[in-house]
This record gives sequence, C-alpha cells and structure tokens, in this order.
Amino acid sequence: MNATAAPSGPIRKSQPRVGLFVTCLVDIIRPSVGFAAVKLLEDAGCKVIVPSQTCCGQPAYNAGDRATAKALARQAIDAFEDCDYVVAPSGSCGGMLAKHYPGLFAGEPELAIRAQRFAEKSYELVSFLVDVLGVEKVAARYDGVVAYHDSCAGLRELGVKAQPRRLLAGVEGLTLVELNEAETCCGFGGLFAAKYGELSNAIVSRKADDIRGAKADTVLAGDLGCLMNMAGRLQREGSAVVARHVAEVLAGMADGPAIGESQKGPRQ
Amino acid sequence: MTLIATTAKFKDNVHAALTDARLQGALGHARNFTVRRAEAAGRLPEFEALRDSARAIKDHTLAHLDLYLEAYERKVRDSGGEVHYAQDAEEARTIILDLCKSMGAKSVTKGKSMVAEEIGLNHALEAAGIDAVETDLGEYIIQLRGETPSHIIAPAIHVTKEEVEREFRKAHRDLPPDRSLAEPEQLLSEAREVLRAKFLAADVGITGANFLIAETGTSIIVTNEGNGDLTQILPRAHIVIASLEKVTPTLEDAAQLLRVLSRSATGQDASVYATLSTGPRRPDDPDGPSAYHVVILDNGRSSMLGGEFEDMLRCIRCGACMNHCPVYQAVGGHAYGWVYPGPMGAVLTPSLIGVAEGGQLPNASTFCGRCEEVCPVRIPLPKMMRHWREREFERRLSPAPLRYGLGFWAFFASRPALYRLSTDLSARAMHLIGRGKGRFSWAPFAGGWTRYRDLAAPQGATFQSQWRGRSGAVR
Repeated sequence: MNATAAPSGPIRKSQPRVGLFVTCLVDIIRPSVGFAAVKLLEDAGCKVIVPSQTCCGQPAYNAGDRATAKALARQAIDAFEDCDYVVAPSGSCGGMLAKHYPGLFAGEPELAIRAQRFAEKSYELVSFLVDVLGVEKVAARYDGVVAYHDSCAGLRELGVKAQPRRLLAGVEGLTLVELNEAETCCGFGGLFAAKYGELSNAIVSRKADDIRGAKADTVLAGDLGCLMNMAGRLQREGSAVVARHVAEVLAGMADGPAIGESQKGPRQ
Repeated sequence: MTLIATTAKFKDNVHAALTDARLQGALGHARNFTVRRAEAAGRLPEFEALRDSARAIKDHTLAHLDLYLEAYERKVRDSGGEVHYAQDAEEARTIILDLCKSMGAKSVTKGKSMVAEEIGLNHALEAAGIDAVETDLGEYIIQLRGETPSHIIAPAIHVTKEEVEREFRKAHRDLPPDRSLAEPEQLLSEAREVLRAKFLAADVGITGANFLIAETGTSIIVTNEGNGDLTQILPRAHIVIASLEKVTPTLEDAAQLLRVLSRSATGQDASVYATLSTGPRRPDDPDGPSAYHVVILDNGRSSMLGGEFEDMLRCIRCGACMNHCPVYQAVGGHAYGWVYPGPMGAVLTPSLIGVAEGGQLPNASTFCGRCEEVCPVRIPLPKMMRHWREREFERRLSPAPLRYGLGFWAFFASRPALYRLSTDLSARAMHLIGRGKGRFSWAPFAGGWTRYRDLAAPQGATFQSQWRGRSGAVR
C-alpha cells in the first residue's frame, strides 16, 4: 500500500471526473480500501477527486432521524456537485446515495430534482467499473481460496452480483468458491449490530459456519461494515480465515494486514 | 390464545430463544421453505409478472375497499348468509359468542385462522364454556401445548415430532401405550382419529378466509389437510372470521392470487385444497350448514388506508417474508411476542397494538431486504419498518442513548472540517492502541459489538487526511 499510485490506465478522450465517496468506515478504519478504489478508477481512465465529506447519513436515516439524514444528504449533494460520477466502495452507502436520497426530499421539488440527478450519477465501485466503464479484467494476483459474500444493499438495491465475480475470475492465483448462503445477510445492519448484539451475533455465527464450510481462506465483500462483522466473529472464534474488501484484491493491494489483523511488523 | 403481548420484551425473548437448544434444532425446518419457494418460482416463467398482477389486484381493491365490501355484503345476503362488522377484537368476540350462544352451541371446531388468534377467540370461547377444538394439525398440537402459533402458515414449526408424540400420549387417554407414534404419518392418523369425533360432534364450525369474493359472496380457504372442509360443512352453522382487506373483487382475481400464494408459502404449485363456500345449505344441496355468518374485522386496519402503511394491507399471509428473514430464522416466531411474527409482523404489530408496545420489532431488522425481494405482492417491508422508526424518533420513543448518540455524531458529521480533524485524531489514537493485535476485544460504548466479536483497529491516519497529504505532495 502506498500513496503514490499515478494514473496508469488508458486516458480517454473525455476523462470522467469521478468523486470518490470514500464512506466513513473506510475513511476511519481502513483507508487502504480507499486507495485501492482510487487505483482501480485511475487505471480505468478516471480522474479521481475526493471532495471534503463525512457520512452519507444512513445511520440517521435508518434510526428514524430524517432531519439529520436530509442535512447530510444536502451536504453530500453540494460537495459532489461538479463530479460526473459519485462512486463509493460500498453497496450500502452507494444504495443510500443512489436509491434513498431522492425520497428524502419528497415535497421539495427543487431539492428532489438535485437529489435525483445526484442519485443517477452515483454508483457502487465494482459495478461502476464493470457496467459503466466496461472494465473486463484487472491486473492483479492473489494466491488464495476466496469466498465472496453478497452484501445485502449492493445485491438487492443495486444489482451487484455478477460484476465482482467476473473481475475476481481474472485475478491470477485466485480460486473463487461459492458460499451456500452467499445472499443471506451477515447480521451487520449498521447500528443493529450493536443495538441487537446477541441477535446480530447469532446471524453472523451462521455466516461464519458457512464460510468455514466453504473451505475458503479469505472472505471478500464490497462493504467494510459486513466485513468487520464477519472478520470480528471469525477472529473471536479463532478462525484463520481472513477478510478483505474486494477492491483491495482487485487493485492488487492486498499484501498488507487483513481486516483486524496485527499491524505491527514490516508493513510500510 | 392470549392477547398479552410480550413484544416490548423482545430482547429477553431473543435471548431465551437463542439459548433454547431444542428450539434452535427445530428452527432448521423453516429453511426448507426457502428452497421450495425458489424451485416453484423457477418452474413458472411468468412468476414475476404474476407478482405484479397480484400487487395490482390488491392495490385496486384497497383503492375501492368500501365498494367491494358493500358488494360482498350484498352477495352474502343474497345467498342467505349474514355479514357482521366488528370494529375491534372485543366486538368480534362478542358477535361470535352471541352467535354461538343463540344456537346453543356446546362445541366448536376451528379451521386455522390468524385473525381468530388476533382476537383471542379460543380463550373467549373457553371462558364462555364452549369447547373449541383446533382441527389444523399444527394448530391442534399447539392448542394441546397451550401455545400460540410461531408461524402464520406453519403454526407448530417450533415443535419436534418427539414432542408431538409426548403431547398426544398425554392428551389422548384411549391411546394404547404400545402403539408406535414414531413416524409423522402415525402422528397424523392418530390426530385424524381423535379429530373425526370432534368434527361430528361440533355445533358450529369457525374458519378464517384467504379471500372474500365480492362478485359472488364466496369465502375461500386454502389448506393442505382438508380439515377446513369438515369444519365448515358438518356443523349446523359456519362462521367465517376475516379482516376487511381479505375482500377480493372476482373469482378470477382470487385465482391469480392463489397462484402466487402457495408458491410463495410452501413452494407448492397449488395447495391441496382451495375450498369455496357461498352461503348456507340450499334446499337441493346434499350437505352444508344451515346458517352462514361472516364477521369482518377492522381492528385498526382502516386507519392504515391512505397512509404510509397502506401497502401492508396487500399482505396475503404467505409467510415468505419470515421464511427468508435472518432474524426470524435465528429466533423463531414466539420471540416477536404477539400474533404476527417476521417482517410482516414487524410492520403490522405496531399498527395494531401501537408503536409504544410494538416498536421493538421494526427496529430489530438489518434491512437486508430479502423479505421485500420474495414478497408475492411486493410490499416494501424495510421501508415501512423505517417509517415506524421515524414515528418513534419523532415521538422520542427511541432509547435515549441512541438519540443522544446520534445527536453527538450528527454534530460532527454536519461540520466537515471539525469531523475530519476529530476522526483523524481518533483514528490515529485507536491505531496506536490497537495496532499490535490489529483489533479490540473490548471497546467503550461498543459492548453490543465486542461482547461477541472483535473490532478491527484503524490503520492510522484517515483516508481524507492521507489523501490531502498526497495531493499536496503531488500537485
């Protein structure tokens, strides 16, 4: 992982200006996912910018605090005004931007139109690479048996299913195995995981069983929240399975410690 | 059988369910439904289109509910039956009890009905000295156990067959001890033998209804055991208890809805029985009841019309949402604490018993969206659960730590410069503390998480902070 990755992909005639919505979890817990996203986007010919940002507002939205959700939505819409696209390395935050923002401004036509325009240019990272930019293969290597978990919002709100598998199939050294219940929720659910810890744990324990049953050494997903939940459970159980964000593997930036692994030693 | 909701104690119920090894073993069966539904949907190319048309039928009906209810009532009267409207559970119980008493009824057989559960009918009948016998096998089993249904179509899904055998040996006094009840078929024929006598002795049969047909005044029940037929044909009187949104314009509409109902519920292409009844026995009918009554229950549903919960009234009670729900799969139906479990219960319960009492349920969802994905009438269940959370938040019913926590977080999140600075400092500090292990096994304010799972430590400076450093250096 480093901070000097330069644009290396073919520069298109009109280089799309992509605003990276890095998501608060990636911003705070795992910046390497953000740099992996930048690399993937730049390799695919995008000009990446990172407007000043905080959170998409989903925690407030899902807790019933609509006023805060609206305030944060307006903040994001303003911040990404001059971007051609808004791309998030998360199906959950991506879903919030692309599917839920417009509904927040029902009854306020001017804002609703802006939110709708914003929603239409917002994407989850991997589906953006494949569906919009037409990326078919990435240059990356990962030696491991990998299970991909379909995070719920990406899967059901944004149709992210085939795209990550397609790109993972092109990663050298990587063997992809399917979970029995890849489409079953991991039990994260944002604040749910803390509010209903025992219930959340019951759900993620079943997910951990499924991952172990698939004989994978790595579990990947497109959402850091789900990944922290699965990693946290696997680690508590003493499992050796590691968890990584799919962008890290696709960008060839998966040589650092996995999620929740020791960060001491010759890392940088 | 009871009206006392334990919904407010949802977390305690969850704990009890998760630590009940027997229940956890039994819950595995519910997962078979998901496989069967997927297979049934896959066999029918027009399944998705049928779901759209099912939704359209229900939306149309709800938009003209008054007209269809009146039309239905006229048709029932024309065929010699009677329609009674009940505003709430108590009124419905009174109507049914009065009908039973006026006929001098001593014993009642019942088909499976969730609305009867909702109004606590069995309890009321017993209190009035009337013997009420559930005739659906699952309902019969839980009646013996003194329980309520844990699933709207498979009421005894939480019970193992060994437990059923134990209940039968306890309750059926004439059962020879050496008779084997090890196989499900043997349990079934034992129940059938006992119930046959009850069917023949019953004065009144009470069933629910899946559809009330406005075009013809017909009530339709969908069953797999045929118990509903014997319940409604043999006694002197047939009483139908159904909620008002069950009215359906035409038989053709009901046929369409039936095609998505059984596939979504059990994965059957069609249920074994779909029984139509229209009025009492006519002079040239070979059999049938001499009196036919329909009790139509509101119980708060009409207040959902025209509001943000109206879509919930499309529900045709297939149970697909709970079969596919990770929360229901983990804890079963009793943890929800009232009549309706799973995602449909999480939306309906606060509507029917109030958000102060039922507010836990719409909160206990990860919003994974699988319920909406499989709902045959495409009810946006997560969206409506969120509406309940909004109502709670507006009325300050959400727990104080959540409200204050959100307020604290929102203060920073709406001030980007302050947010960037404070998150960067916290991330760096937490990195220094946690980098050795890479994770925390305990963290302040995160007990709900760290009690069960480790929590990943930050990598160091935030992304935004690093990015600004990089941009500064490069550009």
